[in-house]
Amino acid sequence: MLNRTALEALTRRPLPFLGSAWPWRCVAYLVASVVPGAAAGLVAAAVLLLPKPQGVLAGLALLAVIPLPLARFERWRLRLVDGVPLPPAPDRRRRELGLAVMTLLALWWIDLVMVAAVVAGPVLLMLTPVVQPTVAAEPGVAASVVGVLLLPVAAYTVTAWGGGRGAMARAVLAPQRSELSEVLRSRARLVDAFEVERHRIERDLHDGAQQRLVALSMTLGMARLDLPEDSEVSRLIGLAHDEAKQALAELRELIRGVHAPILTDRGLVAAVRDVAGRSPVPVDVALDVPVRLPAPVEVTAYYVVSEALANMAKHSGAARAAVSGRVERGTLVVEVRDDGRGGADPAGGTGLTGLADRLSVVEGRLSLSSPAGGPTLVRVEIPCA
Amino acid sequence: MRVVIAEDVVLLREGLAGLLERFGHTVAAAVGDAPGLLAAVAEHRPDAVVTDVRMPPGFSDEGLRAALELRERDPGLAVLVLSQYVEQTYAAELLDSGAGAGVGYLLKDRVGDVREFVAALDRVAAGGTVVDPEVVRQLLRRRRDPLDRLTAREQEVLGLIAEGRTNASIAKELFVTEAAVAKHIANIFAKLDLPPAADGHRRVLAVLAYLRQG
Repeated sequence: MLNRTALEALTRRPLPFLGSAWPWRCVAYLVASVVPGAAAGLVAAAVLLLPKPQGVLAGLALLAVIPLPLARFERWRLRLVDGVPLPPAPDRRRRELGLAVMTLLALWWIDLVMVAAVVAGPVLLMLTPVVQPTVAAEPGVAASVVGVLLLPVAAYTVTAWGGGRGAMARAVLAPQRSELSEVLRSRARLVDAFEVERHRIERDLHDGAQQRLVALSMTLGMARLDLPEDSEVSRLIGLAHDEAKQALAELRELIRGVHAPILTDRGLVAAVRDVAGRSPVPVDVALDVPVRLPAPVEVTAYYVVSEALANMAKHSGAARAAVSGRVERGTLVVEVRDDGRGGADPAGGTGLTGLADRLSVVEGRLSLSSPAGGPTLVRVEIPCA
Repeated sequence: MRVVIAEDVVLLREGLAGLLERFGHTVAAAVGDAPGLLAAVAEHRPDAVVTDVRMPPGFSDEGLRAALELRERDPGLAVLVLSQYVEQTYAAELLDSGAGAGVGYLLKDRVGDVREFVAALDRVAAGGTVVDPEVVRQLLRRRRDPLDRLTAREQEVLGLIAEGRTNASIAKELFVTEAAVAKHIANIFAKLDLPPAADGHRRVLAVLAYLRQG
């Protein structure tokens, strides 16, 4: 796997990690704090060494000049621990200024203390016989060995701090989750567009084909009235009539699969009652949702319930099922449970994965409990805000 | 019988009007939206109303809402609602209006079975209750546990009862004697713990009320 940041590198197995450049890059990253350290020292020197008014003025002037190049430098050195390009931020200047101030006031010396303690500690231990010739041979060698053993620990520590420090810089420089939320927004737009399209297809079928078939069926029915019952023509018209009725029934099921009109008309509770009523397995419905929820929430919840009930009917062998739901602190919680044989597995098919995908668009969560032997419980949580 | 028709698709509206007139009914008005329906009923005082569920202006359930409003104003007005889909919610709302007398809820497909359709409208106009066999089928399926005890023939009879048929009509449909039908019905009510009632539509309501229990 390709590691793009120091924190990601930490998740690798120890040997590849220790052999990688990441600990070194982190050391370099942290050591580079001598630059902001020097800048801070320059300001302090100006204030302290120059005579009173000029010193303060020079300090203020430096403080006004330093942040911009310092922010550039921070941006540049972030690449040592974080290979992901920074997304453009709308308020970039303000963010860079913030990071420069943070670095100037605190981060630089924390970095340096950190790298000194973590790296210099084991190194000094290793060099005990050299730097402390007065120590007896045995404790000296023991200290060296401990120092060597501490080096990998130091590598982890320095990488962790370097990665964390980089993540902090990234969080300040780029609005957090900006890429992710944009992805989510575009997915939500896609789903919305899809939903609108389904609605349109349903309307078109309803207003067009379905009405024409009803009219056709009615005309055929009237035609049969005028024909002698035992004639060949009557028999043929009868066949055509039956075909028309069959087509109507199939079309009705098709339209319902595309979009449930009752969901739009009457909301989630009525639509769930309706889908539960059509289930071949008896379903108890206890939904306590007194108000209409936002359309995407209703559509998603309805979709989850109908999929869960369809799965249940197909695979579970259940004799009874229950749908319950309520709104808790702004989150719609819906549970579908059955007394079937269990063993539902998200890896087994596209059904459950599809549900999870659908939920992720509205930032909802799906949890499934389905031990072999049952029972199965599907629980979804959808924020309604 | 004087009827007001509300249906937004012209083809169907004209077809329904022709159909009813052919069977000797008078179509007082045929309108295309819910406000038009309310106005036509106020103006013509018909004996019965036939209305689609989905209608302008919103193309959701305006027709049904108009029907419920009409029933609230005048519980005696017979209303037959035609729906493209079987929605138990709609059926239940209709049956709850005016104690369920003189209402019907049918799938639109049923207008193709011309005679049965007109007969259903007649039953509704006479104060009966007509529920689409599809609704009954769904309810039967949903509450199947107590109904498992019914024989196939008894379930068949129950479905026909729910459609508001008389014993004579059921007997004719199933090619059995009226006495046999009465016996089936007695068995059904015994198995479902329902006291037998004399009135046709009350039987339907009793059965549906039982089936509707969550």
